[in-house]
Amino acid sequence: MSSVAILAPGRRRIRWSRVVIYSIMIAFLLFFLLPVYLLLITSFKSFDQVSLSRMWDLPTRFSLESFDRAWNGGEGVIGMRGSFWNSVQLVVPATVISCILGSLNGYVLSKWRFPGSETLFTLILFGMFIPYQSVLVPLVEVLREIRLYATIPGLILVHVVYGIPITTLIFRNYYATVPNELVEAGKIDGADFFGIYRHVMLPLSAPGFVVVAIWQFTSIWNEFLFGLIITNDPQLRPVTVALQNLSGSQFTQWNVQMAGALLVALPPLLVYIFLGKYFLRGLLAGSLKG
Amino acid sequence: MRQAKTLSAHPARRVRWMHRDRAIALAMIAPSALAIAVFVYGFIGWTAYISMTDWRGLTMSTSFVGFDNYLTIFNTGRFQTNIRNLIVFTAFFLASCLVIGLLLAVLVDSRIRAEGFFRSVYIFPMALSFIVTGVVWQWLFAPGNWPNDPTGINLLFKQSGLGFLQAAWTTDTNVVPGWRIEGVRTRIGIPMAMIPVVVAAVWQMSGFVMAMYLAGLRGIPEEIKEAARVDGATEWQVFRTITLPMLQPITLSAVIILGHISLKIFDLIVTMTGGAPGNNTEVPGLYMYEITFKANKFAEGAAVAMVMLVVVALLVAPYLIYNRRTEVER
Amino acid sequence: MFTTKWLKLFGIFSILALVLAACGGAPATTQPTAAPSQPTTAPAGGGKLEIFSWWTNGGEADGLNAMFDIYKQQNPNIDIVNATVAGGAGTNAKTVLKTRLQGGQPPDSWQVHAGKELTSYVDAGQMEPLTQFFKEQGFDKVMPPKLLEQITYNGEIWSVPVNIHRSNVLWYNIKIFQENGLTPPKTIDDFFTVAETLQAKGIIPLAVGGKDKFETPHLFESVLLAVFGPEDYAKLFQPGADWNDPRVRQAAEIARRMLEYSNSDRSSLGWADAAQLVLDGKAAMTIMGDWAHGYFISKGAKVGVDYGYAAAPGTEGVFMWLSDSFGLAKGAPNPAQAKAWLALCGSREGQDAFNPKKGSIPARTDADVSLYDEYLQYSIKAFGSEQLAPSVVHGAAAPEAYMTEYGNALNVFASDLDVDAVVEALQDAAKDLK
Repeated sequence: MSSVAILAPGRRRIRWSRVVIYSIMIAFLLFFLLPVYLLLITSFKSFDQVSLSRMWDLPTRFSLESFDRAWNGGEGVIGMRGSFWNSVQLVVPATVISCILGSLNGYVLSKWRFPGSETLFTLILFGMFIPYQSVLVPLVEVLREIRLYATIPGLILVHVVYGIPITTLIFRNYYATVPNELVEAGKIDGADFFGIYRHVMLPLSAPGFVVVAIWQFTSIWNEFLFGLIITNDPQLRPVTVALQNLSGSQFTQWNVQMAGALLVALPPLLVYIFLGKYFLRGLLAGSLKG
Repeated sequence: MRQAKTLSAHPARRVRWMHRDRAIALAMIAPSALAIAVFVYGFIGWTAYISMTDWRGLTMSTSFVGFDNYLTIFNTGRFQTNIRNLIVFTAFFLASCLVIGLLLAVLVDSRIRAEGFFRSVYIFPMALSFIVTGVVWQWLFAPGNWPNDPTGINLLFKQSGLGFLQAAWTTDTNVVPGWRIEGVRTRIGIPMAMIPVVVAAVWQMSGFVMAMYLAGLRGIPEEIKEAARVDGATEWQVFRTITLPMLQPITLSAVIILGHISLKIFDLIVTMTGGAPGNNTEVPGLYMYEITFKANKFAEGAAVAMVMLVVVALLVAPYLIYNRRTEVER
Repeated sequence: MFTTKWLKLFGIFSILALVLAACGGAPATTQPTAAPSQPTTAPAGGGKLEIFSWWTNGGEADGLNAMFDIYKQQNPNIDIVNATVAGGAGTNAKTVLKTRLQGGQPPDSWQVHAGKELTSYVDAGQMEPLTQFFKEQGFDKVMPPKLLEQITYNGEIWSVPVNIHRSNVLWYNIKIFQENGLTPPKTIDDFFTVAETLQAKGIIPLAVGGKDKFETPHLFESVLLAVFGPEDYAKLFQPGADWNDPRVRQAAEIARRMLEYSNSDRSSLGWADAAQLVLDGKAAMTIMGDWAHGYFISKGAKVGVDYGYAAAPGTEGVFMWLSDSFGLAKGAPNPAQAKAWLALCGSREGQDAFNPKKGSIPARTDADVSLYDEYLQYSIKAFGSEQLAPSVVHGAAAPEAYMTEYGNALNVFASDLDVDAVVEALQDAAKDLK
């Protein structure tokens, strides 16, 4: 209200600036929604409605044929059903383990610092930035040695290990905001390492866990290179690899590709829609700063 | 006396606890540290070693050839083209994401209606896989036999009377300005086919930057701005002298996060263009993949991977060290 | 109160996730996902068989399935795992295959081009020799000696050819040619005359793809064959070949002019999309291997009505061949099942089921010709009578390291049409001829 009073003298100018603001925002809105529009209208078209020259028209009849083909396969298309469940089996354990590891690491690195702990943290953090091409060949060799190559547990291991830096970072920065006095008070009360973790840190950790879980869930679900190289048995293929396979095979069945893309996008989108607010709050709480 | 006794016993117990706890703390972080030591540093060392052997073909070779493979790749026009493409992609991607991210953050922050809706739409692509983005944008940017029989976005332009906006997009073979320099085996300039790839990448990541800036903007105390306004500063002056400087740490984080994504970019380009036309959108990540697994030149592939690593390290390491130093100071 | 809300939400999220995981477990475990540790000494006629290929497109997939159907009839208790990886004319598949081999997880049998491509797997000790198997099955008596030569290396036979493809074929839209009073071009000069006429009419003369990264290299091998003739062409891929020959530049000039008569959106189309342009009447011709025939059939088009065929310009009387074959992995998880598969691949029944759908001709000389359509009968005759030349792009003529360099040189050429650069790049690539 007070701002209105202050800005009142320049009302005309303000109104114009509002117009400009909204036009820019709507222009970007269209840019962001354009692919979604194409994705939706295309995947709900039946095969006889699919034509390149009418690709921007709305479907005349609502049809789920493309989804059926993308999900169950048929006519030279390998369905994504199996891959979808592979991804679920991969993502859920990997996310849970990542959360636990990250939380413990963050706790140690923020509240139990030891000589060299900052260096260790920096060294761990660097792992987040490496191009995975630079570890690919040895990775395959080692996974083969420990008999985890071409298995889902193998892929879980890889995602957990290469997820350590980001999960540690998020938790460490998050725990850094927990006042040391609380930890000290816990120590004076005679609580040990796990006691403080359970009674002081964990109750405060929920936002950290949500942020890390969402982060790991979406990034593992969406990951491609490891999935391609490590679980190349088609029965173990994650969704991203299956989608690339779908789109690599034929240009002419693009409605199926679009339906497939939508299917792959769905779980992260649902997470985003239902938990996005919390993810954003996590961001706003500063969990990702630094 | 009794009281004194308990008091003195307490710190002793605490110290013992502390030692045990320290050991537990170390034990808790040890598996992660070990995993990183092997899977990151060990493997990098291994790859570095492979890059100095003459491993070609499907059987591993261990004969040492020093930096020969590096010389070979740096001398191929293809790798030089990759480097050019990577620089162009990174520059455009970073600049666009930062500018658009900041712009959107400021707009969303300017007390508008339906703020949550706009914000959600801007951020949602971040939840998607680069593969999904690649599949969809590949479609949008497939030009068809334009201008008469276009597809994708060209068709949309034609149908909405904006036919003059049609372009070759991902099939554009031009490099602008395309200078040739003695000793450089690629044309210097901006490969036009890279622009659509940048658009797709910006579509995916600019919302993320917006979210970061938004967090920063919301963290700036309103009182400081208000004080400046009372002193007669215009909105633009407030933005330039207060807001922007306070957002600097965010810009730095964004540059690091976007920068390393950009330098590693692989999935998006594989799906969208596969490096075509020619090698005009190919980046080292793809090249490594192709010469390693298609041409069986494992050693040269390892050399490319090591170059990628060094480039990323040059960006990231100073930041990490700087961060650590400021933390210690704090 | 804030934190408890968070906790609840997180709790709900994780429960949901676990429920999802539990649901995920159910459908996946009902699939026959036999673990690698399962004993390979499965009861006779039972167990699992994994076949690795890059056949996912219409006709190819139909042909493969036709063979699988026979296999299932013969071995009703064996589960076939159809491991296909799409894209890039096998490029993506080869990548996956190599990591699997490197990771010590070979499929039982994989698709490999007969010829030079095969030898790299043999050198790496990844394949079992099949010489004895060939004798037992009598394949050595029914396959052409020229072909047997291509699968023999270090004195042993290593794979079972299932078909022969022709690379140098010109496919054209009959209606367009009739309407414009044109005949399919026999020579390179004819081609340019025809192309000029078509372009004046607003029709794309030549449809060329690029997304699969082998289309322009493929076009160029036909041009090389036309310019060099079969003998000199074959010499180009021998170690120490002379790529300074002025005819290389001549071929590059021709290819450049051809590309200038083609669609400009090459790099966004796959070979099948280019073939579709011909079928749709948007383009008049495309030069592609006869898997395009399989594609046309799968789209319901009729040879001689909707589309016609001829040797690629300037290559009449020469059959540029390639052959898909299947080998036996060293350390195959299911060797008995795999041998049953290879026996089917080499059998008359298997080949006659596969090839009419795939759009290729049998690798056996005793096939039932009546099962094949007009084009394939022509092709069978041509393979028996014409001069032969091996395809470089499809693994018959040169090793993979060379193919990669050759392929990239031409993909760059498809983009910048720079004759000097492509000649230089091809000279460079010749270093990889071994």
